[in-house]
Parts: sequence; structure tokens; C-alpha cells
Amino acid sequence: MSVNYGSKRVVTGAHYGLRDWLAQRITGALFALLTFIVLAKVLLTSGPLGYEGWAAIFSPQWMKALTFAVFVALAYHIWIGMRDIWMDYVKPAGIRLVLHVFTIVWLVACLGWAVQVLWRL
Amino acid sequence: MPELTQKRPEFRNINAIKDLTTYRLPPAGWVSILHRVSGALMFLLLPLIVWLFDTSVSSEISHDVFQSAFSAGIGFVPGVLVKLVVLAIIWAYLHHLIAGLRHLYMDVNHAVSKEFGKSSALFTLVLSIGLTVVLGAKLFGLY
Repeated sequence: MSVNYGSKRVVTGAHYGLRDWLAQRITGALFALLTFIVLAKVLLTSGPLGYEGWAAIFSPQWMKALTFAVFVALAYHIWIGMRDIWMDYVKPAGIRLVLHVFTIVWLVACLGWAVQVLWRL
Repeated sequence: MPELTQKRPEFRNINAIKDLTTYRLPPAGWVSILHRVSGALMFLLLPLIVWLFDTSVSSEISHDVFQSAFSAGIGFVPGVLVKLVVLAIIWAYLHHLIAGLRHLYMDVNHAVSKEFGKSSALFTLVLSIGLTVVLGAKLFGLY
């Protein structure tokens, strides 16, 4: 390793260190919270769950709003994680750019679909 | 004294097949790489996960499609393959969740010691694989 400070400093990487580290944890904790809420609702449903019981879990307005917010947070969580993976293993800038674009399109498409499912309930 | 500074071996361009298989990871290392693997797996299977959510919750008719995908299969995909892929999602989610909660616990408590790293890693592996076995047995109708 040669000089890596001042004007010689290597400026590569994402540069969102603390912000994304913290966002990764908060969005992860939010999804864990949603998991436990859904799990509690499943366990509190009397009798076999079936379609009615399962749909009833997501039908209250507050649950839709919460699930919507958590889905958006989750998409950001996945973006940070996948970007970390691409940054670690894929060095050529062109291929990395293609993979980044693929990741964003993949995520936004899935998010749009999930949100549609949620709000038409 | 140029002889004293012996040339140290350099390892570059690690060969995924020849070199990675010789690595002997500690439990915390396994939890770490599996956290990454499980996350990437769920990312790639995300359309399937949304499809499972869509068909299971949208209507009674779609719920029947959802259920028959596991028993009779869907399209050209046999039901047992659907079950295996869903089992992989179950493992990936459990591992990612428990390993993530381990991260949060360590961050909040500053519980950074070699011993805790090892014991919590073993706890993560045992719990995620154990719960996967329990839920997998249910998925394949063993009880």
C-alpha cells in the first residue's frame, strides 16, 4: 500500500459508510418487527388459518400502511446489501454498472408488484 | 542485509474452486458468509416471493392456485420442486433474520468478544437449521 491520504487518497467505493450502515440496521429491524407482528397475528388466529384468516392479517388500514412502509424500507435494505456484494466481487466498472442497473430495476419492479398486491386487498 | 527480508508469498486472484475449498472458517465466519449467501438468494428469488404473497392473499381463487402449486405443481414445475425452493427460502430467511438480530444485539451491547462471537454464531447456526428442519418437515407433510 502506497500513500493513501491527501491528494493521493484513493477515491473509490460507495462513500455512504455510516449512513448506509445505520440504514441497513434500521430497515432490518423494521422487517424483523413486521415478521413478529405477522407471526403473532397468525398464532392468535383461532382455528385453521385458510384464505380468510391470512387475508384478514393484512386487511386493516394500519397494517397496509405499515407493511407498505416496511416493503419500501426492505427494498433499500436489499439495495445496500446487493451493492456491497457487487462492490466486493465485481471490479470492472462497466459490468458493475450493468449489475447495479439490473439490481435497481429488479427491486423496483418487485416493489411495485408487492405494493399493488397490498393496496388492492 | 537484503537476505533478512525474505520475500513473503503473495496471494492474488484467489481460485474459487482450488483455494476457497481449503479455507477452514470459524463458526462466526460461516454465519457471516451464509448471511451474504442467504441475502443474495432471497434477492434472486424475490419475484417468486412476491408471487407467493400475491397468490396467497389476493383472492380465494388465487389462494387455491397457491395451494395447488405445492401439491400438484404449477405449469411445468412439479410440486416437489416448489417445496424445495420454498424450503431454501425458509432457511435463507431464518438464517438472515437470526444472524441480523445477532448483529443488532452485538451493536447495542458492544458485545464484541471472541467467546461471544463463537457462542452466538453456533446459536445462530443451530437455531436456523433446526427451525428449517422443523418447518421443512411440516412443508413436506411429515406431521
